[in-house]
Amino acid sequence: MTEEELKQIKPTVTVDARGTYCPGPLMELIKEIRQQPVGSIIELISGDAGSAKDVPEWLNKVKQEFLGVIPGDGFWRIFAKKVRDM
Amino acid sequence: MSKRVVIVGGGVGGTIIANLLAKKMRSEIKKGEVTIDVVSDKPEHFYQPGLLYMLFGLKHYDELVRDERGLLDPMVELHLHPAIKIDKDKNEVHLKNGVVMKYDILVLATGSRPVPEMIPGLKEGGNWFYEVDACLKLRNELMNFKGGKIVLTIGLPHKCPVAPLEVSYMLDDWFRQRGLRDKVDFTYTYPIGRLHGLESVAHFAAKTFPKHGINTETLFNMKEVDPNKKTVTSLEGVTLKYDLMITIPPHKGAQVIEDSGLGQNGFVPTDRFTLKMEGSTNIYVVGDTTNLPISKAGSTAHFESDVIVENIASELRDGLTPFRYDGKVFCFIETGMTKATYIMFDYNNPPNPVTPSALIHWFKLTYNKVYWLTPMGIL
Repeated sequence: MTEEELKQIKPTVTVDARGTYCPGPLMELIKEIRQQPVGSIIELISGDAGSAKDVPEWLNKVKQEFLGVIPGDGFWRIFAKKVRDM
Repeated sequence: MSKRVVIVGGGVGGTIIANLLAKKMRSEIKKGEVTIDVVSDKPEHFYQPGLLYMLFGLKHYDELVRDERGLLDPMVELHLHPAIKIDKDKNEVHLKNGVVMKYDILVLATGSRPVPEMIPGLKEGGNWFYEVDACLKLRNELMNFKGGKIVLTIGLPHKCPVAPLEVSYMLDDWFRQRGLRDKVDFTYTYPIGRLHGLESVAHFAAKTFPKHGINTETLFNMKEVDPNKKTVTSLEGVTLKYDLMITIPPHKGAQVIEDSGLGQNGFVPTDRFTLKMEGSTNIYVVGDTTNLPISKAGSTAHFESDVIVENIASELRDGLTPFRYDGKVFCFIETGMTKATYIMFDYNNPPNPVTPSALIHWFKLTYNKVYWLTPMGIL
């Protein structure tokens, strides 16, 4: 998705993991995506540059959809869609 | 007119808040201007970090439990009836015995609990030490374990995020002491692509695990367990065989939170600075009960409690709530049976474990004995 398209998304849930070191952004996303129903869109806000790489890699591994990332000022807005049960 | 503060939950957070608030507002309580009530579903107060030691026979149940009434300030009223509904629109807590408690300020301190049922087969195939009975069962399994594959698996979310590391280091030491280490193939799995959520702790584990002969499997999130075949399969498509599986089950918050519509899976949406429930002006949330993406640990509840008490007292006296939680967490990390390290961090400062030492280990053992001063509001 383009950045403009991502900005139009209304996520089912937003997880703001900025400034939180433990358990960390990817684990927050894993927890959230598992408890949301299929079709949900999860927005993860992370202050960790590594998340922009880790999150899409994990989503790809578990066959969920990575919609894209919007870089911010010292944080990243990452969008994922749950497309199948897990 | 008297103001009533009701605290639901008699764990570390709820008890600290009740006691600190009672000390702080003693004159108002004596004059009948403020009352403090704690609602708890059990008469005992259990020191959960002690379970790690109970697993190895280093602590007995009796050393880890106190009477909640005895820990509470005499000016705090204790109600030993489970809360079954919280009506935030009417400012009411409904107890199982039919009593309805009106409140001016509510504190939700209902905690979290392991729910192995969230993963198919985990309850039957896994062993955990986060609850007393399960801990004693696992202890028995370990005592009878003569060798084979042990796999440690971790569900999300879970409390005490350093416990999986601690139990791994301690098991390594324990099996060495028993002369069985060469017969034990131990694999530590973790949900993300490194060995711990905290980057510095993950580096520490990556550096030290090889010396302890601990195998690792990262990006491993349990999908299902087959207790008959003794296998655990991850969402990422990896299947591991085990002879003994030790697990940190995924957790949920209290049922009353879910039943009252206050938060999915029992975790309440909470402002990370004010610790008030989102959208509420008179409900505070402490410890594991929040949905905040921070460590579910006793120290988190402890540091949050200090802020909540200051704000409640200030609000009752002046109508102001100026205090903010900075995300502070402190955790000891046992790195074997004789050494430990610790981490301390907040929203702005990441942690960095210090070199493990016997001194820190003894500090932790000392804290295990003096813990009771914490819920009493002394330490």
